[in-house]
Amino acid sequence: MAFFFEVLVTGLMVGIMYSLVALGFALIFKASEVFNMAQGAMSLFAALALYGFLEQYLHLPLWLALLCTVATMIIWAYAIVFIVLKRLVNRPPLMLFMATFGIAYLMEGIGQSIYGTQAKGLNLGIPDNLYEVAGIYISSFDLFFALVAALLVGGLVWFFQKTRNGRALRAVSDDHEAALSVGIPLLKAWTLTWIIAGVVATVAGVAWGTRLGVQFSLTYIALKSLPVLIIGGIDSIPGVIIAGLIVGAGENLGEASSAHIWAGAFRPFSPISWRLLFSTLNHTAFSAKRS
Amino acid sequence: MFYRECGNFKDNYASDMAIFPIPLDRWGFIVMLFAAFVVVPLFASEYLIINIIIPFYCFALSAFGLNVLAGYAGQISIGHAAFMAIGAYSSFILYGRYGLPLIPSILLAGLITAVVGTFFGLPSLRIKGFYLAISTLASQFIIEWVIVHVHWISGGVFGTIEAPKMFIFGLALDTPVKKYYLVLCMLILLMTFGKNLVRGQLGRNWMAIRDVDYAAEIIGVNLYRDKLVAFAVSTFYAGVAGSLITFCYVGAANIEEFNVMTSFALLGMIIIGGLGTVLGSFFGAGFFVMLPIFINQGLGSFMEVVPADILSNIEAIVFGGLIVFFLIVEPYGMARLWHTIKDKLRLWPFPY
Repeated sequence: MAFFFEVLVTGLMVGIMYSLVALGFALIFKASEVFNMAQGAMSLFAALALYGFLEQYLHLPLWLALLCTVATMIIWAYAIVFIVLKRLVNRPPLMLFMATFGIAYLMEGIGQSIYGTQAKGLNLGIPDNLYEVAGIYISSFDLFFALVAALLVGGLVWFFQKTRNGRALRAVSDDHEAALSVGIPLLKAWTLTWIIAGVVATVAGVAWGTRLGVQFSLTYIALKSLPVLIIGGIDSIPGVIIAGLIVGAGENLGEASSAHIWAGAFRPFSPISWRLLFSTLNHTAFSAKRS
Repeated sequence: MFYRECGNFKDNYASDMAIFPIPLDRWGFIVMLFAAFVVVPLFASEYLIINIIIPFYCFALSAFGLNVLAGYAGQISIGHAAFMAIGAYSSFILYGRYGLPLIPSILLAGLITAVVGTFFGLPSLRIKGFYLAISTLASQFIIEWVIVHVHWISGGVFGTIEAPKMFIFGLALDTPVKKYYLVLCMLILLMTFGKNLVRGQLGRNWMAIRDVDYAAEIIGVNLYRDKLVAFAVSTFYAGVAGSLITFCYVGAANIEEFNVMTSFALLGMIIIGGLGTVLGSFFGAGFFVMLPIFINQGLGSFMEVVPADILSNIEAIVFGGLIVFFLIVEPYGMARLWHTIKDKLRLWPFPY
């Protein structure tokens, strides 16, 4: 039983990192009805930039490097909104979807041109020890990022519920025209959304990058978190968080229970199979709005 | 002046419905065919044929398949490379293990792919747009996983089978030129079929579904059947293209060749080339295949040998930049640019 709980807790902590990535998708989709294929590329770029500021080029202290990374992502957000999205207003959503797909290519290309293609180890100085809590082993590393993710998610919920800008973004996501008519500038709202998505991508990229090394395969993390998004509902933030936990736990339990048969192959496969299951049952399991 | 449509009288239905109603287009097409059949094999080097023209034809075929699905029927698929992989592996198994003749095994591989593709198209009956796109992404991962982990298909963990020697009616396909002819014949055969499919009743049904699906249903389009047929046709093309690529270009069925990046590249090809046009599939595939060579040429003046990683990075930047550029400036891609050029040439150099 202790093994079960250990696997479950690890799964939940991986799950919160999935929901972090999925949150980036959900935020942008809510605000601008754009399905952002570049989310994975944004995470990759953020992790690469942090590595660049921290170790490769500038050797800045950690806090300054993180700030610079966020600043880079803000520049990207402005560039994306003002160069690309501004010109694609009123086009069918599919066009916007494909534009983000082009942006993903651009970000990957530019990021890897600047920082190189080889895998890099990102060391933030977070201790990686195992602690025993009530018979369950927990990695301090996982715990740290789970806490960061939880804090970020809490902060975002607060931002969307309580602040003026957050309310404006929710208004935009409900109805563009109505939001415009009460005087919310659409471009500003979009820029803000992309900045937030950039920050979320930074945290996700750094978290996954320290765990797996900063390399191209970080972009696949975003693909793996798509099932989370679908199960949770593309436009529901709490739904995405719950779904992330479910998928993380389910993936880890599935892997542990079938490890001897599938030899670990279950891990990449599982979230996707979850997704297919849910897609045929229902569009969005937890979402209130069914589109 | 240079693109003349005058003197073109149609006095029967057949000429009204011709694919190339304008004599100039017809002659242009014949010249292209002549070039493809005679000029290329005579004058192109083996390197050019094997590394550029054959992949160009195969990707054009596959891009056309995706175009049927995404451009005509409006069902975005991000898992198309996986269907190419199915075609590749099943044709290899049919030809190599069961000893079927080459062409039937390629076509049968296409049919097998179509069956699998129809199965993965089933979610399209209930979901659409992004949800469907992600569901097709799921098919990409599931198919890749199955191919790698079922040893009967891939013959090992790496998922690679070596190509057997190819014979058609006892004739060995051992030189690039012979392989080239095989690919070219398949291409022309299937493209003719496809062109007629998309301009017939079925193609119009697809376009109606793409534009407004419920309106299409109201005017009597059988939504379910036609969506599934779109998936079947599209994946059939993908399967044939996949098996041709492995037989004539790569030489071994390798799952790495058909990963999710290839799916993305295919989607990029049809955006750049032009959604919902046959011509666009050729433009997009040609562009994608030639791009590394252009970059090599462009950078060749600065450095002796362009390193592979720089090349792939610049490729990604140019490819992504062009996707964005075309979506902003010309959402219908290079095919629409071609039409604009033809419109301009109609009068040029006269003002009116």
